[in-house]
Formats: sequence, C-alpha cells, structure tokens
Amino acid sequence: MTAWEKLRPYGMVAPSIIIFSMFFIYPIFYMIYLSFYDWNFVSPDKTFVGLQNFKDLLTDEDFRQVLSNTTLYTLMTVALTTGLSLFLALWLNRKGVFHAFVQGAIFSPHIISLVSISLLWSWLMDPEYGLLNWVIGLFGFEKMQWLSHPETSLVSLVIVAVWKGIGYNTLVFIAGLQSIPADIYEAAALDQSKPWTTFRRIILPMLSPTIFFLVIINMIGSFQVFETIAIMTQGGPVNSTNTLVYYIYENGFRFFKIGYASAAGVILLAIVGLLTIVYFRLLSSRVHYR
Amino acid sequence: MALRVLNVLCLLLLVLVFAMPFGWMLSTSLKTLPETMIFPPAWIPKQPVWENYAEAWKTGPFLKYFMNSFIVAIGILICQALTIIPAAYAFARYKFAGSNLLFGVVMVTLMIPAQLIFLPVYLELSALKLLNTHLGLILPFASSAFGIFLLRQGFMQVPEELIEAARLDQASEWKIIVRLMVPLVKPVLVTFALFSFIAHWNDYFWPLVMTTNETARTLPLGIAKIREVEGVATWNVLMAGNLILVAPILVAFFFSQRHIIRAFVYSGVK
Repeated sequence: MTAWEKLRPYGMVAPSIIIFSMFFIYPIFYMIYLSFYDWNFVSPDKTFVGLQNFKDLLTDEDFRQVLSNTTLYTLMTVALTTGLSLFLALWLNRKGVFHAFVQGAIFSPHIISLVSISLLWSWLMDPEYGLLNWVIGLFGFEKMQWLSHPETSLVSLVIVAVWKGIGYNTLVFIAGLQSIPADIYEAAALDQSKPWTTFRRIILPMLSPTIFFLVIINMIGSFQVFETIAIMTQGGPVNSTNTLVYYIYENGFRFFKIGYASAAGVILLAIVGLLTIVYFRLLSSRVHYR
Repeated sequence: MALRVLNVLCLLLLVLVFAMPFGWMLSTSLKTLPETMIFPPAWIPKQPVWENYAEAWKTGPFLKYFMNSFIVAIGILICQALTIIPAAYAFARYKFAGSNLLFGVVMVTLMIPAQLIFLPVYLELSALKLLNTHLGLILPFASSAFGIFLLRQGFMQVPEELIEAARLDQASEWKIIVRLMVPLVKPVLVTFALFSFIAHWNDYFWPLVMTTNETARTLPLGIAKIREVEGVATWNVLMAGNLILVAPILVAFFFSQRHIIRAFVYSGVK
C-alpha cells in the first residue's frame, strides 16, 4: 500500500470532519466553557462565576416551568404523531391513484416552511374570527381561546406539530409495512391468525426498526422546537409555552446573559444526550432486525 | 359496498383536514380587512382584493430575500455534494486507523440538535466576521452528518464483486466513485438533495439568529416581518405574503409529488 493510499481516506473525510469540528463539536466545549462565566457579550471581560449560573437556573421558577413545558410538549407530540401515523399507515397502505392523492395531501405540510405554518395556524386559531372555532362550532363546541389561554396554548402547539409531522411519519410507516415480506402475511393467513394477533405478533415486531427511527427523529425535533413558539406565542401566555431553545434564545439575544443561556444549553445538551444513550441501549436489545 | 363508500368518505374528510387550511389561506389573502372580521367566516370574498399581494411585497426588499434564499440553499447543496460523497465512500469502503473514532464524530454531530449550539456558533461567526454574509449561513451546513450516514448505507449495499470487477479493469478509485458508485446511489443522492434544499429554503431559525440586517436575510424572515410592518391583525396581507412563500413549493410538490415522496421516504426506511 502506497503512502497515498494510506492517506486517501483521511483526505476524503477531512472536509466534513473539519466542518463538524468547527460548527458542532467545538461549540459544545465553548458553550460548556461559557456556562462558567458571567458575560454580557458587549463587555470585553468575562467573569468566572463557577457553578453560579447552574445554581441560578435550577432555583429559577421560570426555568423549571420551561423544562416541564419542553418535556410535556415532546411527550405529547411524539406519542400522538407516532400513534396516529401508525394508524393512518395501516389504513392508507394501498396502491392506486386515489390513495396516492390522499398520501400526498397529508404529506404536504412536511415540505412547507414553519414560518408559513405558524402564521397560518395563528390565524386558524384566532379566538375571535378563526376557522378552527367555526369548525368546532359545527360540532357544537364553544369558542376556544387556543394560543391565548395558558391552559390550551401548549396543546395548541402540539396540534400544529402533529398536523405538520403526521404525513411524513405515515409514509415512512407505509414504506416499512411494504418491506414486510408477503409470505409472512400468507403464513399468518394460513394459520387463521386474527387481525389483532397478526398486528401484535407480526406487524409490530417487523416495524420496530421504523418505530425506533421515527421516535428518535421526532424526539430530537420536538426538543428543539423554536419556530412555532417564536412566531405564534413568544413563550406566552404567562410562560405556558416557553421551551428550552426559546428560553436560551431570549436570554442570549434579548437579555445578553451569555453565560446563563449557555448553562441552560448545557442542561439541554445533557438531557438530549442522556435520552439518546438510553434509547440506543434499550432499543438495540429489543428492536427486531432482519 | 356501503363500507367502501364510508371508507372513501372518511378518506376525503382526512384530506379536508390538510387541504382546508391552505384553502383558507388563499381565501383570506383575497379579502378586505373588514371581511376577515366576520364570524361565522365567509369562504368566498365578495370582490377579490389582489392588492393584498402588492401590499405584502412592498413591506420589504423581497427580490433580495428571494435571491438570498436561493444563494444560501444552492450554496449549501453544492458544498454538501462535494464533502459528503467522498466522506461517505471512505467510511463505507476503506479500512483505516481511527475510522471508528471519526465516524463517532459524525454520529455525535447527527445527534446534536443544531438549535442547541446556536449561541456559541453565533459568537464564532461573529469573531470570524461572517455574520450577515451568505458564507456565514452556508458554512455551518457545508457538510451533513445525516447525508454521510444515509449515503454510507447506500455505498455499503453495493456488492463488493462490482468494485472488484472494476478494479480488475484497472479503473482508478476516482473513476470507480464517479462512474460506478455515484450512479448506483443516485436515488439516495436525490433524496438527500431534496431534503437539504427544502430544509434550508424553509429555514427560519439560522438566518434569524445569524443576521442582524437585511444583507443576507432570506424569504421566511421577510414573510415573518410582514406582521411587524403591517400590524398583527392584518391577516389578509399576511396570508397573501404567506402564499408567496408557500406557492412555489406546493406547485413543485404537485407536479413531482410521487418523486418527492418516494425520495423522502426512501431515507426513512433504513
């Protein structure tokens, strides 16, 4: 093997590794470093404060609310999106022009900008003149406040996220269903297996890699929710929709508390990292691979 | 038979849940302001107000926003093609010391939500004097961990015999990659290109954080700004602006729906 052949792979991965190191890996360490300092971005001096930023965060009522909002939002969004799209996939898994049309329709929000979706849903959820209140009125419900009331605001954001994400999830599930070999279904049919048994014993285990993939993707996406909140609620009313990334954004860019915002970022990083490891451990032992 | 009719009705209802908001957007964009303030709402405006579109367009330098969006999304795509293909190939096909460690860097990057580290990246770009530039918006995404991951899977599925045969024909590694491997993984590449372009064309967060003036601002920022210029309740103008942003993508989707869906979903299966 010539020296060139030995070096070639490194040359091929180098550009990507440099980009990742500069804009993903190094920033993590820089953020951890900053989290020990008090800095307002404008002043030339950073003051070392040790763990003070973390102490402040953990005793801050707002931050606790932010943590619970983010967790609640993620759990609701992931559960609803995954569950509903699995149901839709079983329902829509047919060939033909009509089914392709339906699949296209439910998929369409996935490729639309979150800016558009946020503006559109702000208007749909308008408490006075919004279409959504008209629709629920058809079913005999009273007008709701949606985003303007702290009790419904977070759920309203979940509705938007599910509406946007469900089409993509459904189509990934359908692809998963179609990759299950037909002879397995035939064997189940020969054994006169009930539909529920077939679902539980065959479809669900065979789909577990897909479920695993979607849960991870959805969780990572939900944890970094920002656009809908920035445009639709700005974290309100009374902090009811303030989530981690928005909190970091506000503290960093509006209040210039760089150290404090970095500490919040470190906590979020720890949570996401921990969840990822737990998921990989848990699912690598239980996911069915062919 | 009755069951089939019921099934079709339910399907149409499902379509309505996704189509109605877009129809409502169109309808609102053609109303006068007083017409938007009627409840129960009227679907058809008495006299379509096309001026709403001109009004929306006038709220900012939209031609510039449009160009910026295009430059950034295409710039990212070109950089990614140049960085991802060789990296994915090396990870899929070469054994080299430290490859596990380096692939670990890719996997860690894949797991880091970009929106977590925007603050240090902002400070970094500020130090590099790259805020408010196209390059500053492109550089952090000049490679993609997701792309490498996806493409590596594609390269690994190519049978070893094919490459061996090419090597016996004295083909250089360069030729093997460009002439043999890249065409074989074309579906994955198309998938990823669509993903990447749509994601960065639509992106609001990074341009919002990494720009402080109009020089490099993109279309989604311009649309979101209409609300500041026109006031929060001018839904007719807002929906007109919104339609300007949505229409190109929806039209593209309408004409190449099957292709886009197949491409998107292909990446999700494995």
